[in-house]
Amino acid sequence: MSPAATEHVPQVSGRPVAGIEKEILAQLKAAFASKLTKAETVRDRLVHVFIDRRDLVPLCTYLKNTLGFEHLSCVTAVDWKDHFECVYHVENYYNGCMVEVHAHIPYDDPKIASLVPLWNAANFLEREMWDLMGIEFEGHPNLERILLPQDFKFHPLRKDFAQEVDRQYISRRKLKGGK
Amino acid sequence: MPEFWINMGPQHPMTHGLWNMKVKVDGETIVDARPEIGYLHRGYEKIMEVREFQKNVVLTDRLCYVSSITWSHAYCLAVEKMMGIEVPERGQWIRVVSLELQRLASHLMWLASYGPDLGLLTGLLWALRERELFLDLIQLMSGARMNQNYPRVGGVRNDLPENFEAMCKRSIEHFREKLNEYENIFHSSKVFLMRTEGVGRISAAEAIDWGVTGPNLRACGVNVDLRRLDSYETYEEIDFEPQVWHDGGAGDSYARFIVRFNELRESCKIVLQALEKMPKSGAYRVKPPRRAEGEGYAKTEDSRGEALFYVIGDGDDRPYRVKIRSPVFCTMAATPILLRGNKLADVVAILGSVDVCVGEMDK
Amino acid sequence: MSAPLIPNLFEVCKVLTVAIVWIVQQIIYAFAILIPPLTGLGDWLGSDLVVTLLTWLIAVTVVVIWATLVNLLTMMWVERKLYSRLQDRYGIMISIWSLPFWPFNRVKRPTHRGTGYLQNVADGVKLLQKENITPRNADSAMFHISPVLIASSTLMIFAALPWSSGFYVANLPLGILFIFAAFSLAPLGILIAGWSANNKYTLVGGLRAAAMLMAYEIPMILAVIALVFFTGSLDPIEIVRQQDRVLFALGPIGIPAWYAFSPQFLGFLIFSVAMMAEMERIPFDIPEAEAELVEGWTTEYSGMRFGLVFGFKWLRMIAGAALIAILYLGGWSGPVFATLDVGGIPVPILPEEVWFLLKIYLISAVFVWISWSVPRVRIDQILNIGWKRLIPYSLLAILIAAGFRVIG
Repeated sequence: MSPAATEHVPQVSGRPVAGIEKEILAQLKAAFASKLTKAETVRDRLVHVFIDRRDLVPLCTYLKNTLGFEHLSCVTAVDWKDHFECVYHVENYYNGCMVEVHAHIPYDDPKIASLVPLWNAANFLEREMWDLMGIEFEGHPNLERILLPQDFKFHPLRKDFAQEVDRQYISRRKLKGGK
Repeated sequence: MPEFWINMGPQHPMTHGLWNMKVKVDGETIVDARPEIGYLHRGYEKIMEVREFQKNVVLTDRLCYVSSITWSHAYCLAVEKMMGIEVPERGQWIRVVSLELQRLASHLMWLASYGPDLGLLTGLLWALRERELFLDLIQLMSGARMNQNYPRVGGVRNDLPENFEAMCKRSIEHFREKLNEYENIFHSSKVFLMRTEGVGRISAAEAIDWGVTGPNLRACGVNVDLRRLDSYETYEEIDFEPQVWHDGGAGDSYARFIVRFNELRESCKIVLQALEKMPKSGAYRVKPPRRAEGEGYAKTEDSRGEALFYVIGDGDDRPYRVKIRSPVFCTMAATPILLRGNKLADVVAILGSVDVCVGEMDK
Repeated sequence: MSAPLIPNLFEVCKVLTVAIVWIVQQIIYAFAILIPPLTGLGDWLGSDLVVTLLTWLIAVTVVVIWATLVNLLTMMWVERKLYSRLQDRYGIMISIWSLPFWPFNRVKRPTHRGTGYLQNVADGVKLLQKENITPRNADSAMFHISPVLIASSTLMIFAALPWSSGFYVANLPLGILFIFAAFSLAPLGILIAGWSANNKYTLVGGLRAAAMLMAYEIPMILAVIALVFFTGSLDPIEIVRQQDRVLFALGPIGIPAWYAFSPQFLGFLIFSVAMMAEMERIPFDIPEAEAELVEGWTTEYSGMRFGLVFGFKWLRMIAGAALIAILYLGGWSGPVFATLDVGGIPVPILPEEVWFLLKIYLISAVFVWISWSVPRVRIDQILNIGWKRLIPYSLLAILIAAGFRVIG
């Protein structure tokens, strides 16, 4: 049924390992010292990493192959009005650690390398970000619209796509430009 | 006969939601599959940027309408992580009770829809009859049967009613007897075994690669339950067993069925334990700050897998960006692997065992 | 042991025909006073040929009405009520209390109060008033003719199926063979229906139906061949008559010599399973599996055409249950406990028709019970069972029958 189905089942204990985030942070700093714009442990078993988009694939390859982060949870694209940011949540089933990779993308060149060769879970997630935010993932096998109709011309999640102007949900103060 | 594409959906009596599954068949065998989703896309992430934090709970309820409390709870958890507030203890225990009751109702809805997929229409009515028990309990607790708007950023909306523990005990005892009846028409039926064993197999490595989570992953033999691996609320203090399929032949529809069926029993245990262990009185809610800045994510074990909410605030009273990660969305990407090589008649058996809910898939 | 209520359908209908012809003759003779040539017409009407022809027509009509209007509605009611009670719900409830005219139009009228017998009539009327849609590129001739083929071949069965030793239209010496032949015309109709509708779903459904029904007719007929070793004839009345004796007495109850209790037991089981497949019941209803193929081969039919193909499934169930009853369960034989004397004619309290109907409905109830407790089997698994399991078992049944025949 499934091609090359290995019967190897990862032996996961199902329990988190406390204090693992400091080790992971240290290993990442050791391997990618100069490229990390910022890296910190925010709370238990959570590491934030800020990089530029060029270093995404080497970092993720290191995470997957060396550190055993086998699960790509989520791919988010944020429109910060002067730049884009692609946030990847990568999880390690063996010790329950989550690494949040923030990749900085310039506003006028919304392209970034695709992570489909590493994690197939990125397939649909990146398509959704292309569809809604307009970020092009280079190397994606099938970059098409997934949620919106195929001939939709806009990328709705961008901040310059008009928000609903129903006064019921936006207060009058805000509509006039206030806070 | 040459290979041709068949559309299963969007108008189909048994796809449980509005989506299209294109399968390429060669006679009766499936050669390729391509899901087409987005028929129910409502633009959630854009809408949620305009509503205040608390008002978004009304929206997140309707993401997966069968399992609303789990989705709203995930959102509230994400916002609480962003704001840095902590829910009082009784509030956490009440949340656990509400989550597990909702999980029971959701799994019973799955069971009710899986029976007719295979031709067992009696299963539909029996499972819906039992689901009424839990919808009644949820109504007593929160005021509505579905789309309850019950979780709040900072706790829950209201305390449990008096006598709730006794009512839960009575319903769960009645339900446990009925579960044995279900085994008669599901587990012991040779035809059911013929239809689900070996069908729709996916290996553990592929499942992790394609982002399959939740009961589908546990049926492949991987011991990952977010209530244990990345515990939230008071799940650490509750004694329950994540249901993992241990024998050989993992990853087929029968394994997924058994895992989800046994989760029904486990959820009963969790509800009764939580009702015993919770503090008998106390605050169940804190008032969150109105404006918040920062970012936070929360991942919870939804009825269908790993639900992840990523919320970014920029100091306003509404989120700047909300990202919803739906487990069914990622499982859809793996459907070509699940379906390839099986017969056309197995499509509903496989997709039913994967438990698709289109609301959360399409956002 | 039992006696039929209608000893000879032909004679009973002849009484009716003679009465009708006599009335018409009197009217014509009255007109003949004005126009003399009409007397010849009146005499011709009373001749043997016309009376016989009219009697046959009335007999056929009686049997068709009995089979479709009375039995079909009752069978549909039995199935729908039984399976809804299995599912822990009330089931269909539209009955005469729901009719909107006097005396049922009381102010506080509960419409859903009755047993639900009229629900099927209501469904039939609903289907009659729907639009009959023909798909655009469908093969129009075949699309329209296949419901007719299915319906007419099913009704042909009832030409040779006796309901007691006197209530039949025709008693053919090869009656069982004729019934099987009529049964087997329907798969052709189903295949044509699925193919001609220009729809991938119906094509798949029609091909599946053709494959399954063809595969299951073989063990059915082989089981009957095993039976013929014992009966020596294919005449249904003869077969039932042979089962009418007592095998042995178990206390006060005498076990009748039904073929189901004889070495034909294996044949009985095979015949029942194959008959369930022929009737397209769950677990064998993959051709019209609504989970995958919407309605299978009947998807494109709307209105009364759908009503025909859908309703005649139950008629085939009646015919199938009747066959099982005749061949293996003693048909219409059963004790008549007493006879009433009605104007000199002895009328049995439990005539043969009642026993036959009882057996048909009990067999159907068992089929309904099995249907609604089991999932449906996949088509390749169905074909596996049919070709690789049932046919060898039926050959074994033939061997056993031949062996017992040789022994004596």
